Amino acid sequence: MEAIVKEKVQQVIDQLAEKEVYVHLETTNGAYASHFDENAYNVGAFIRNAKVKYEHGKIVGTGGAYRVGLKLNLGWVYAEGVTDYEVDDQGRLLMAGHDREGRLMVALQISEKPFSHESVAQS
Amino acid sequence: MSSQEHVVVIYPHPDDESFGAAGTIASYREKGIPVTYLCGTLGEMGRNMGNPVFANRETLSSFRKQELLKACKALDVDVRMLGYRDKTLEFEQMDQVAGHIQSILEEINPTLVITHYPGYAVHPDHNALGAAVIEAVSNIKDSQRPELWVQAIATNYEKDLGEPHIRHDVKPYWDKKMAAIETHLSQASGMMSLIKEKPDFNENEELEHLRYERFYRWNFTD
Ligand SMILES: [Zn+2]
Repeated sequence: MEAIVKEKVQQVIDQLAEKEVYVHLETTNGAYASHFDENAYNVGAFIRNAKVKYEHGKIVGTGGAYRVGLKLNLGWVYAEGVTDYEVDDQGRLLMAGHDREGRLMVALQISEKPFSHESVAQS
Repeated sequence: MSSQEHVVVIYPHPDDESFGAAGTIASYREKGIPVTYLCGTLGEMGRNMGNPVFANRETLSSFRKQELLKACKALDVDVRMLGYRDKTLEFEQMDQVAGHIQSILEEINPTLVITHYPGYAVHPDHNALGAAVIEAVSNIKDSQRPELWVQAIATNYEKDLGEPHIRHDVKPYWDKKMAAIETHLSQASGMMSLIKEKPDFNENEELEHLRYERFYRWNFTD
């Protein structure tokens, strides 16, 4: 991943508009937040392979951290705090925000094919 | 008898084995006792992406799978991946997970099984898999049933549970344990820099946690 270049990301968001796409949306502060700090709460949510079609989407923000909103027929997909992006070898738009130690705090990913579950069961 | 011994370690994430039980594992391997690691997931929802970041949500599972294989090579243990998905173990049907584990245990026929202490293992995957393992081992018939050790991690668990029955000082296997932890490059950089900053056991509380591997012997009442 590399630091977001707003114009480049906007271009990919535009390319994926009005298509059936699969979304991975996630935010987390980790499973150990309240273990290391008893005053902290563990907070997280993710949805993987939500199938949506957005009319249009925008990336907004300055100073390296961005918000992304995708307008759906009946609602929105929204992520705040994305800092890095990558269009991977499968043409998927991966965006994420990391803290100073490189830990993922938020992710929004858009793909024309379902995201795979790479776990391989062995017998 | 000793030629029949076999230890099976069951944790949900690549790196649980290295942080939690690498010294214990090394001590068994030194005696020539086979050890098998059943790893529940690939830790694909982990937050750590390396520092500096080199993985993303979609590539993390592949990195962690390779790290797992390297760690198991460093510890000289067999590994089997159970194929569950990180963060979701507690939502699986527990009977099915227990049945899955039981079938593998009946095939390996171990003398000792090591897992997490449900309710005292912090991460929901640790608690869920620990509970499934207890159910699995309970369902193995008396004459075949291995000994079961469970590991607690939660802060102040001794207040509830009393002193752990087993307390391994793994200092003799320290290099091996560090080598195993270091293979988990995407996950362990924070811990490794902590260790390098304060390499003295007496000054570094984290090191104390890593140095003493503690387990409770599970008491089957049936
Ligand atoms: Zn774990």
